[in-house]
Amino acid sequence: MIERRMTTIGAYLILIVLSVTMIFPFLWMVLSSFKDATQIFQSRIFPSHPTLDNYRTILLSGSSRFPQWFLNSAIVATCTTVSVLFFDSLLGYTLAKFSFPGKKLIFLLVISTLMIPTEMLVIPWYALSRAMKWGNTYWGIMFPGMISAFGVFLMRQFMTTIPNDLLDAARIDGMGELNIFIRVVLPLVTPALATLAIFNFIGNWNAFLWPLIVASKPKMFTLPVGLANFSGEAGSDWHLIMTGATVSMIPLVIIFIIFQKQIVRGIAMTGLKG
Amino acid sequence: MTLAKKRAMTAYVFLALPLVFFVGVRFGPMLYAMGRSLTDWSLLRKTNQFIGLDNFTAVLSDGVFLKSLGNTLTYALVGAPIVIGLSLGIALLLNRVIHARGLFRLIYILPYITPIVAVSWVWRWMYQSPPLGILNALFSALGLPARDFLLSPKEALYSILAVNIWVELGYCTTVFLAGIQTIPMDCIEAAKIDGATDGQVLFRIILPLLMPITLFLMIMQGIQFLRIFTPVYNMSSQAMGGPLDSTKSAALYIYQMAFTKFEMGRAAAASLILFALIMAVTLLQLRLFDKRATGQEQ
Amino acid sequence: MKRFGVIGLVLIVLLVVAAQAASAQTVTITYWQYFYQSKVDLMTDLIKQFEAKNPGIKVEQVTFPYESYNQKVAASIPAGEGPEIINLYSGWLPMYVKAAYLQPLPKTVFSDSYMKSTYYPFVVDAVNFGGKLYAAPTAVRTLALIWNKKLFREAGLDPEKPPVTLDDLAAYAKKLSKYDAQGNLIQAGLTMQPNGQGHNWIRDVLFRQFGVAPYDATGRKVTYATPQGVAALQWYMDRITKDKVGYPNFTTDDVTAFKAQKAAMTIDGSFRIATLKAVTDLDWGAAELPSNKGIQSNFASFWTHGIVAGVSGKKLDASIKFLQFITSPEAMEQWLARVGELPANPKIAAAHKDDPIVSVFMKGLAYAHATAFVDEAGQRNLFVDMVDEINLKGAKVDDVLKRTAAQEQKLIDDFWK
Repeated sequence: MIERRMTTIGAYLILIVLSVTMIFPFLWMVLSSFKDATQIFQSRIFPSHPTLDNYRTILLSGSSRFPQWFLNSAIVATCTTVSVLFFDSLLGYTLAKFSFPGKKLIFLLVISTLMIPTEMLVIPWYALSRAMKWGNTYWGIMFPGMISAFGVFLMRQFMTTIPNDLLDAARIDGMGELNIFIRVVLPLVTPALATLAIFNFIGNWNAFLWPLIVASKPKMFTLPVGLANFSGEAGSDWHLIMTGATVSMIPLVIIFIIFQKQIVRGIAMTGLKG
Repeated sequence: MTLAKKRAMTAYVFLALPLVFFVGVRFGPMLYAMGRSLTDWSLLRKTNQFIGLDNFTAVLSDGVFLKSLGNTLTYALVGAPIVIGLSLGIALLLNRVIHARGLFRLIYILPYITPIVAVSWVWRWMYQSPPLGILNALFSALGLPARDFLLSPKEALYSILAVNIWVELGYCTTVFLAGIQTIPMDCIEAAKIDGATDGQVLFRIILPLLMPITLFLMIMQGIQFLRIFTPVYNMSSQAMGGPLDSTKSAALYIYQMAFTKFEMGRAAAASLILFALIMAVTLLQLRLFDKRATGQEQ
Repeated sequence: MKRFGVIGLVLIVLLVVAAQAASAQTVTITYWQYFYQSKVDLMTDLIKQFEAKNPGIKVEQVTFPYESYNQKVAASIPAGEGPEIINLYSGWLPMYVKAAYLQPLPKTVFSDSYMKSTYYPFVVDAVNFGGKLYAAPTAVRTLALIWNKKLFREAGLDPEKPPVTLDDLAAYAKKLSKYDAQGNLIQAGLTMQPNGQGHNWIRDVLFRQFGVAPYDATGRKVTYATPQGVAALQWYMDRITKDKVGYPNFTTDDVTAFKAQKAAMTIDGSFRIATLKAVTDLDWGAAELPSNKGIQSNFASFWTHGIVAGVSGKKLDASIKFLQFITSPEAMEQWLARVGELPANPKIAAAHKDDPIVSVFMKGLAYAHATAFVDEAGQRNLFVDMVDEINLKGAKVDDVLKRTAAQEQKLIDDFWK
């Protein structure tokens, strides 16, 4: 009994120490964001004169492109998420509930695209963007992410649980197929849609390699790309970099707090069904 | 038209646009990359000649590429097992505690959902040499010597790897914990009644049952680490993959070849080699672990 | 009803025609430059001045981060998506000319005699390829020794007397360096940043001051792998490894270090003047680069403007007018005042010879050399790696120098093939 207690206390201790390791960088980041250009280089943990100037510089000053980058990330993440929600479920539904020649092949093909690394695709995508003049457009940043094979896989899993009688009843009622999809099927898989939406939004918000390549004009940068450009020829303004990092995390932390249950469940799902 | 045929037609209509997407955005480009890797395509010259396997020989005889391959393998072969091992341990610990389990889990997932660019810069800030870096300040307070971290050819790769591990821990822990919680309690209770120790329960029941998840995570993490790019780009000086190419990953090599040297054909060849490496490692893992997984089921 | 419809339609057609006509009158040209705050701000104002003088021409300024500048250029110009006028680093001229990004300047406006009388000789040489001139700059820059007067005082040194020789520089650097209880450097006596201006200091100054030219007269042969070259590199490395007055990437980079007052001395270009002036509480001065054994040398470079290949017709005329404007005496004066770079015209520069900071950089022009890079980033990185190999891996100076020379020779040979 005591042995049990000891190991449990030991477990708590280890977990707490680990939690500190997890949280500390974020704390340090936020603390640094309240230090100005001089304080940032002082060897103190807490700012001697905490200031909101960095936030003002990043968010409010006319020369800062941060708000633009924020907007770009928001637009790109939202548009791709809406597209992914619609098309991934449509494809998942079709693969789950319809029978037609070539179904297995198509499913395998879609899943196999998961194996193709982005690193290989960026070069052809770049050639495509140049040819179609998609450089420095929202479409150019978004197009690779409009449909996600992983989402198709996930939605298909969920769609298989929908009872066929429901669909048949709707058909007998004379509803068109697309109508059935939108009015009957989608409402039944909202938990899955929510999970997919959250993950897609987060993943898209954090995307780096492709936006780095396709957005050459600073006003088209997404937030991660903009953040990476803070250190340049004029030195590294660490106080601004830390502030930028903090701001770039805020939307995700908010999403995280609101949707934590779905996020945790979603992660678990990928592992268990994978 | 028969009902079945009608349904099939509907299916094809629904599939049309998504399939165009997959072909246009995934398969087509893949074949394009393969084709272009056999040419001397460059953004600085107007030529586009077929040169056979010249790009591949050039890349494979480039010391920098070989170094980046070595680095990439190190990232994967050291990183993936550590992440899996640590997260499994944490999941087991979490399973033990009752209070605050949810809170702990949330804290561990936080690094995973935040932008990698942001955390890369935060860690880079923490890794700074004296007088700026907080980690070195801590070392100094404890009487330990300062470390060069990102400035040392020996330590830089592992410094970046540590950050990536830190990021992935939350994801793997959550998956493992979910897996552990699906193990029926009766199984474990029964074993305990039969006199099994905690250790035996762990090694004979829990771990074997977690094999499919472990395999899944090994493959996913393996692929993740083999493709590592963003932390390397943001944590090496001028995104060079230094010092002395010690942190350069294959993905960064490809990026530099394509977008700073503008040798697109050569970069495409390098990207195909990376692709082949990812496939090989994945298939190898599937073979090795699948045997063990199915072996255990008996 | 119908009548209104017809009138409405006619109005719309007229409007469209009018708009077309109006836009046909206005020629819009694009100017690209890399992002450096003071330059961008000044160029915005210069554009306003130009547009006021030239109604009918609109200039759009687009900027890109320095690291990805060449990538954007390489991606866009061959695809026909480039600007009409482009700003580029003098070291990139060989690459740009070879890749046919630029067209020769029209001899009608930029004649040989005009160029000779307007610009420093090394500028005219640098923009000349096969007898054709490809670019015209507004400003040039050289290196100088920049020091922090407050830190000098703290170390007991006269804040108005910077070191004059390399030996002095080494001695001062030692006095100005501070270490913490564990012996870690917390204040650098001298910044050592090869990927900043450090590599240029080694290449065009130190090598020469120890008795060897880095390249031959054609610029295509690497000549620094000699005992003198080794001596120069050894002197540089001793500051890092023996005296420990600084090391690469101390506090991330040399500019950050100097701005944060964690470095007492730095060697940087005149373009840094505006940046440093903007830092509050920074009491600094600039002096000519220290000499060695009586030899003075400096590295001169410039950002220059060129006209992109393929531009023709009205856009070409507008571009030429704009180029003339931004290389005019008025523009040069404003450039000096707001960016800190020296006028590329020796006569205009001479008018400022009494400004304490400007005159220092200008004196350097008299004995400056410019390297024509074939691959600026590549050649810079060879030197960065060279320093790292010796400092971080303990490699021997002469071995690494020989290897670097061979690698750089290969780079140059491959380019001119």
